[in-house]
Amino acid sequence: MSMADDTTAHVEGEPRFDGTPKAVWPLYEVFVRGKRGLNHVHVGSLHAPDDTMALHNARNLYTRRNEGVSIWVVRGDAITASSPDEKDPFFAPAGDKVYRHPTFYDIPDDVPHL
Amino acid sequence: MTVTEQELEAQFERTVASEGRVEPRDWMPEGYRKTLIRQIAQHAHSEIIGMQPEGNWILRAPSLRRKAILLAKVQDEAGHGLYLYSATETLGVDRGELTEKLIDSKQKYSSIFNYPTLTFADIGVIGWLVDGAAIVNQVPLCRSSYGPYARAMVRICKEESFHQRQGFELLMTLMAGTEAQRAMVQDAVDRWWWPSLMMFGPADGDSPNTQQSMAWRIKRHTNDELRQRYVDMTVPQAEALGVTLPDPELRWNDERQAHDFGDIDWDEFMQVVKGAGPCNAQRLQNRRAAHEGGQWVRDAAAAYAAKQAARAEVPAA
Repeated sequence: MSMADDTTAHVEGEPRFDGTPKAVWPLYEVFVRGKRGLNHVHVGSLHAPDDTMALHNARNLYTRRNEGVSIWVVRGDAITASSPDEKDPFFAPAGDKVYRHPTFYDIPDDVPHL
Repeated sequence: MTVTEQELEAQFERTVASEGRVEPRDWMPEGYRKTLIRQIAQHAHSEIIGMQPEGNWILRAPSLRRKAILLAKVQDEAGHGLYLYSATETLGVDRGELTEKLIDSKQKYSSIFNYPTLTFADIGVIGWLVDGAAIVNQVPLCRSSYGPYARAMVRICKEESFHQRQGFELLMTLMAGTEAQRAMVQDAVDRWWWPSLMMFGPADGDSPNTQQSMAWRIKRHTNDELRQRYVDMTVPQAEALGVTLPDPELRWNDERQAHDFGDIDWDEFMQVVKGAGPCNAQRLQNRRAAHEGGQWVRDAAAAYAAKQAARAEVPAA
């Protein structure tokens, strides 16, 4: 069956599509490195049929003005994220360890380079 | 509402009131989600439909320089639409679904794009007046309470500045030309001035959603506040350009330290919003044709990807 023929054969008043399920392109998240020396940063998302097209689409969508020198695209369903609901308990281990910060330690002002 | 929901709502209200940002997987009231989807989708649709009036002149641009600029601008509008659809998807809707709603007239887009572009001067005036109004609307949205929307707006605002400046430069070039070219600019200004004022939406008294949107920090200013700011910004630009704005009541009010201006034709606004503007039918017809005519391309690309993936799964013999 040729989908192209079915679509071009469409005439006014007939059902819009031929009944075959519409292709759904998966969601990709896009990360761009602004310049060498910086991390890749999440900039948004897009849909594409495959990884290669996702990269091309990301280039066209997110780097039209030299915003990047490198792009990562990752399928959204491949990302594992912490849940916002467990925000407090999940990050709690870091909350009570003030001794991990340099400001925890009192050093006299006249000691140089410390 | 259960106790937990009340707690969640109270937490949400505190976040928003203290200028915190709401992120996609946070709990949010259903009304907030719906309002955002409606507003961002309408905004996305406007960017996509907005490609048409300007695309109309790409093949007839008077020079390669102007054609390259116009192509870049129209491509930007597509990009803006996609940034915004991307933001709506974080709210649990699918962009294909939103496109269907647009072409079935179940969702709206800005009324401004239902006016025709009759001469090349319209391209300049759209950049100056229409994108100028869009900037006034959009700059405060960069601080919108919903993170993905605010971030999309930051990207968009950076690019809009190019849009407005190329428009103004185009008009300055025409104004330095012949008498006929200057008349062409004035004619375009006369046609676009009032519709651009309508871009800020109904007067505050007739804008029922504004108060809630402002309480949720989705919107930052009322329609009339933004409209006033736009008029005050634009008047000196019109003077610099050497055109008149078609409003005999437009004058500086020393007491208010702002410009007074004439009444907007709200009947015309409502007509255009309801679908009876000069180009509504054509805009939607084109959008539908592009969407439906492109279906086989999307299907073919998906079929190719599926085939490649299946081949990759077969172990090498």
